[in-house]
Amino acid sequence: MSVHTGSVEWFKRKGIVYIALCLLGAAFILPFFWLVSTSLKPDAQLFKFPPIWIPNPIKWSNYPDALNYIPFGLYLGNTLAIAIPATLGVMVSSSVVAYGFSRIDWPGRDVVFFVLVCTMMLPYQVTMIPLFLVFRNLGWVGTFKPLIIPAFFGAPFSIFLLRQFYMTLPMELSDAARIDGCSEFGIYGRIILPLSKPALATVGLFSFMGHWNDFMAPLIYLEDDAKYTLALGLQQFQRQFGMEWGMLMATSVVISVPIIVLFFLTQKTFIQGIALTGMKG
Amino acid sequence: MNRFSGSHTSRNLRNGLLFVSPWVIGFLLFTAYPIVASFYYSFTEFNILRPPEWIGLLGYEDLLFYDPLFWISIKNTLFMLVFSLPPSLLLALALATLLNQDIRGKALFRTVFYLPSILPAVATAMLWMWIFNPQYGLLNSILTMLFGIEGPGWLVDPRWSKPAFVVMGMWGVGGTMVIFLAGLQGIPKQLYESEEIDGANPWTQFWRVTFPMLSPTLFFNLVMGIIGLFQYFTAPYIMTRGVGSNVPPGSPLNSTLFYALYLFQNAFAYFKMGYASAMAWILFVLIVLATLVVFKSSARWVYYEGQ
Repeated sequence: MSVHTGSVEWFKRKGIVYIALCLLGAAFILPFFWLVSTSLKPDAQLFKFPPIWIPNPIKWSNYPDALNYIPFGLYLGNTLAIAIPATLGVMVSSSVVAYGFSRIDWPGRDVVFFVLVCTMMLPYQVTMIPLFLVFRNLGWVGTFKPLIIPAFFGAPFSIFLLRQFYMTLPMELSDAARIDGCSEFGIYGRIILPLSKPALATVGLFSFMGHWNDFMAPLIYLEDDAKYTLALGLQQFQRQFGMEWGMLMATSVVISVPIIVLFFLTQKTFIQGIALTGMKG
Repeated sequence: MNRFSGSHTSRNLRNGLLFVSPWVIGFLLFTAYPIVASFYYSFTEFNILRPPEWIGLLGYEDLLFYDPLFWISIKNTLFMLVFSLPPSLLLALALATLLNQDIRGKALFRTVFYLPSILPAVATAMLWMWIFNPQYGLLNSILTMLFGIEGPGWLVDPRWSKPAFVVMGMWGVGGTMVIFLAGLQGIPKQLYESEEIDGANPWTQFWRVTFPMLSPTLFFNLVMGIIGLFQYFTAPYIMTRGVGSNVPPGSPLNSTLFYALYLFQNAFAYFKMGYASAMAWILFVLIVLATLVVFKSSARWVYYEGQ
């Protein structure tokens, strides 16, 4: 470390970094600010140049108005009725499967795991049409079933993430339990599962957010608008009331808030989880 | 090692298969069968109402030689690969590099850059439709106030609709940034220290240490970016239809008809399931080819430790 930290030297090293971060930060925050600001504007203040940054008066009623326009409670209920069981399904099944791919040494394991990794690269479009036809023949189209039931067969991304985590736990833990006569399910349930709470939480978090944000699958499978999720219902609302920007932004805020809150509550887990996915397998 | 190694192995095999069986069953039902079926459908004419009818390569021929929209969708997607992917990766890398410095407020800045990338796509799409509003949107207002320029029509102007998605994409680079950041943090400090003793400036340091050490991460993000753009769907689907009318997505003048969008239209708007399946297989081949090209070239620029 240099002892003389002259101000010119400091500026060259750190000042530029701070200036760049602040400028970029402002550019990234501006759309958020515009979103919230618009959501509180009376109609008359929407179409103005120069734009009105802070609405006056603040029109809080955009929120209740928007939520009354769309059957918000119904859509929220539908979204949760899909996202919660699907998330639980992903967590339970993926952790069991990940255990089989990491804590038991069986012949052919790595080949099968390689197939799993390959499916992560497979475009959804390739399987989309036959899947739709299968669910249609089962009479599931128009119900939540196609959006929930596949989650109970493990999600490759979650399996991958959990497997990476299980690999980091020392094998001696399992060996000791095996010598004590513990069954494989016993080791999984009593030793590995309690240790993997943080990784499991990450998987649950990603899965919940994925289902909350999902648009394409509900678009394909839900027909009756009484069954719509928030994402789908919102889009329909936009189709009908395209120019009601105040209310549209209010609903956008409402659908985003749970995600933002979840992020702030679980920031550490979150960032680590993302980072883990970028590591080499 | 183990006297009962034979029974040991077979017990492990039984247990292993038992544990992975949920995924194996799911794979067979929801991945393997659909792959085979969609391959078969791609050689048929199939509108759901009647059983699929074998037409051989006719669907592929139609796509490649007689369907101008197919080529438009390819061109639109290539536009994004060329003009959206490189600047997005560059911005993500720049942000990660800035955040990797020894500075205060790191967590705050990281949150600001990351948050947009996890918002629901529907919310983001609606927000940007309003930002791109030609007369009263945020973007053109700022262009006028700062530079005195009258901004373009963005989503309603066929020349500016794709650049609009490029701009919007820059706001969503947070996920890529976090992966770059993890890569940067994995570079041992000693490598920089020895460079500093040699008196290398930051630029030389970047090319001698950071870039080679980060190249596997860049490789990963590049491949994921290519795959993502070939499947780019939700935002354009929501943002490119005229409000309240029944204009098909991909407007104006098909300038935003991206590949996945056209595929979806064929499948679920026109119910040309065979045709859409052929498109899905072409998509698959394109993704594999693009990945192979990147992979082949990676020998020249990706550096793996221990080589």
